[in-house]
Amino acid sequence: MDIYFDSSATTKPCKAAVDEALKLMITEYGNPSSLHAKGFEAMTVLEQSRKTVAASLCAEPKEIYFTQSGTVANNTAVFGAVNSKRHQGNKIVTTATEHPSVARCMDALESQGYEIIRLKPSADGNIPIDAFEQAIDGGTVLVSAMAVNNETGAILPFEKLKAAAKKKNSDALIHVDAVQAYMKLPLNPAKSGIDLMSVSAHKVHALKGAGALYVSKNIKIKPYILGGGQEQGLVSGTQSMPNIAAFAAAVSFLDGIKDRNENVKRLNAYLRNKLEKFDFVKINSPDNALPYILNISLPGLPSQVGVNFFSGKGICLSAGSACSRGHRSDTLTAMGLDTKLIDSALRISFSYDSTEGEIDYFADCLPEAVKLVK
Amino acid sequence: MKELILIKNGELALKGLNRSSFESVMAKNIKRRLSDLGKIEIKCQQSTMTVEPVDDNYDMEEAIKRLSMVFGIAGFQRAAAVEKDMEVILKTAPVYLKNQMEGIKTFKVEAKRSDKKFPLKSPEISRDVGEVLLRAFPHLKVDVHNPDVTVTVEIRDKLAFIRGDQIKGAGGMPVSTGGKAAVLISGGIDSPVAAWMMAKRGVVLDAVHFASPPFTSPQSEQKVHDLLGQVARYSGSIALYTVPFTEIQQQIRANCPEELFTLIMRRFMMRISCRIAAKNGCGALITGESIGQVASQTMPALACTDEVADMPVFRPLIAMDKEEIISISRKIETFDISILPYEDCCTVFTPKHPRTRPKPEMLREAEKALDVEALVNEAVDNTRYEIIGQTR
Repeated sequence: MDIYFDSSATTKPCKAAVDEALKLMITEYGNPSSLHAKGFEAMTVLEQSRKTVAASLCAEPKEIYFTQSGTVANNTAVFGAVNSKRHQGNKIVTTATEHPSVARCMDALESQGYEIIRLKPSADGNIPIDAFEQAIDGGTVLVSAMAVNNETGAILPFEKLKAAAKKKNSDALIHVDAVQAYMKLPLNPAKSGIDLMSVSAHKVHALKGAGALYVSKNIKIKPYILGGGQEQGLVSGTQSMPNIAAFAAAVSFLDGIKDRNENVKRLNAYLRNKLEKFDFVKINSPDNALPYILNISLPGLPSQVGVNFFSGKGICLSAGSACSRGHRSDTLTAMGLDTKLIDSALRISFSYDSTEGEIDYFADCLPEAVKLVK
Repeated sequence: MKELILIKNGELALKGLNRSSFESVMAKNIKRRLSDLGKIEIKCQQSTMTVEPVDDNYDMEEAIKRLSMVFGIAGFQRAAAVEKDMEVILKTAPVYLKNQMEGIKTFKVEAKRSDKKFPLKSPEISRDVGEVLLRAFPHLKVDVHNPDVTVTVEIRDKLAFIRGDQIKGAGGMPVSTGGKAAVLISGGIDSPVAAWMMAKRGVVLDAVHFASPPFTSPQSEQKVHDLLGQVARYSGSIALYTVPFTEIQQQIRANCPEELFTLIMRRFMMRISCRIAAKNGCGALITGESIGQVASQTMPALACTDEVADMPVFRPLIAMDKEEIISISRKIETFDISILPYEDCCTVFTPKHPRTRPKPEMLREAEKALDVEALVNEAVDNTRYEIIGQTR
């Protein structure tokens, strides 16, 4: 059995993405900034890809800036936003459960003198919008929060962030890290008053090495990567064309699977239902979490041992999030969970093509896993 | 001009009648270590060993780097070998020494003349070479007492050597002049250092690693490979025996008192390692234990583990502070690998309050709950074997 339950870490590239990337490597290998035929060919692919990604966010193509990764998108958004509002205040409202690619930016800004408010989730993993409303004030220049938590799948009603800021007479820019939400939740930043939104290609069955930042046409932010002025000067560096073309191909591919989110919702319910029969399994994800992610704990079984065990059974899943090996989860800690639960947390994350059979096999392995430490 | 490397033996020079056999081992080690760089000739004469590349574009930098990791070498020098003609010597010296002379302020020249028929006497050679160097590098001054670099001109039987400063070697004794021993390697900071120290005394290394999947990950086994790879740059190739240890740990956990877990586990490690070591011609075990470092490394605890070992157990770190151990691990470039956060089998099921003053009787009594012999046999039978590193 070869089961991949770690799609929040990365996904298996779809064939359409791989084919497209190969084409861009073998034949259409030009630099989109070049003025000759090969360059024009690449430029055409780049702009077509931009249209595809823009459509997936109900945005205009000129609002989409390709980046090298979700991390670069987040860094560009956070530093760009703060630098463009340098003299309007020094407060930033974010959460205690952000991905490191936002959290470390906040740490850096804090050391530069910014006041950072890090909102904690309640015990169920959710962060109420009220908390944002209370924290935001006239001096707040940026609100940055993730749409879906990468460890628990907790969903933030980010559509309400703009209104919360407005209520406090703040014209803070709103940044949403939508890396885990992308192609899984309906995203329409323009309509929800989101100024900046980050997404990543390899979480949606494309390749590692591309991401995108949505920047509302109504705002302007300062670049923090300087160079050849690609991506309207916001993200310098020659665009990774194979990755960008693959990104667009994967988006179109997923778009064609209309019932993908319904399918995963059903699988999530199926797994939760199965887990109820095991009294040693604790579920850490909120009830209303994104169905793609389920965070559980097997108290007593250290996360890494759990990962090793399931890996030995042919099941790939992760301990908390894949990005923080050997480090106690910030998210679960912020939720105030018992250390026993935190240290034994496992994250199961589904793909559109996960199956009930895979879940059955996983559940069959659970008693043996627990016996290791009983 | 031909370039070669002059090698100064360390302790070997102190050996009596065995010296030539020690030297031939070292020559073999050097040859093997440099084997893929191209053809070389190794000669042993007048208490120095010379490594002479046969090809013109030999990678001297790489050879020097590797030689600095060959035990038995106290120091070495790159030298230009030229015709025994003063004119040639004076012409070559400034060109050959350019790199060394540019970064320094003071120097002196020493001449040695084993060929007494050479027309110039040693002081005259020094004087003339010093003069051309001063002319070529006007920023230099001569300092005969405390020079930055000592240039040596040596007139031998057939050739003259011009050389700059000596580079420090790894010291110790040539590997495989000191027998063979098996090191118990975990993945921590200490055991690679212990292994390196024993190899430095000429000991050939085997290694025994205990893996407890799924409690330990494939990454932690990779870590052991990487650590041994670093040590093997000095010691030559290492035979690694990976012992499946999960069953034993679970049995101990299920049947023995918690405060004795670690010691019983260590005793199993000793028994299994002795078995593997003896089978492969090792005369001793090596561990990275240092007295008082953890509960299983107190004097009574070590006595309990030694009780089941039927060969000598060498603990080169026994009286070293952690800081001293770390400084060696940095030097041999194992530190950064050792601190990677992968758990090893020693950290699985660690008791909350381990016994620090155990008595062997207590352990013997506790082990009665286990079929020690069968467990050891099964572990030894299922041990995996592989070779780490290319050359010995």
